[in-house]
Amino acid sequence: MASRTVTRADLSEAVYRELGLSRAESADLVEAILEQIAEALARGEKVKISSFGTFEVREKRGRVGRNPKTGEEAPIDPRRVLAFRPSHVLKDRMNEGLNGAA
Amino acid sequence: MIKSELVDALAERHPHLYQRDVERVVATVFDEISAALTRGDRVELRGFGAFSVKQREERQGRNPRTGETVSVPQKRVPFFKTGKELRERINVDFNPEA
Repeated sequence: MASRTVTRADLSEAVYRELGLSRAESADLVEAILEQIAEALARGEKVKISSFGTFEVREKRGRVGRNPKTGEEAPIDPRRVLAFRPSHVLKDRMNEGLNGAA
Repeated sequence: MIKSELVDALAERHPHLYQRDVERVVATVFDEISAALTRGDRVELRGFGAFSVKQREERQGRNPRTGETVSVPQKRVPFFKTGKELRERINVDFNPEA
């Protein structure tokens, strides 16, 4: 199965098809969804989309890392990283029919 | 933030839309992403992040209670890689000493 890449344009197209809003407004809404999620995460909030998954900000302590190419030591500052935990609904959907009677 | 709060925030900024239509927009977007991952496609949202599918092969596992060997079937798991812009945004104002 050839794998393709879905982008914002495909999501807007789906909204346009489903809701019958204008293409411009469909695109605005897709952007607004991503923006609202990004803002919540930037505030340090967890974002939970039921039957899809949860985005969570985690804090990482600083540590001494190493440049894998040169072997040189380099300090890594404390930072925040984003983790996505898929919901069971999504995981089950992705694996339906994969192993015969799933 | 949960899905209904996301819907509320969007509805507030798009007052000419019915709340139930905003709900359908949100549902459509996440359903489209789920459908893409189910087909094995990648979803790339520049500045936000990219979802891809990782294939885990069948392996021999162990029931931790009985110690019995069981075969864990192959499976597909979604993987999210944070986009550069979002990664930077969540680190703005981050002061670990605070």
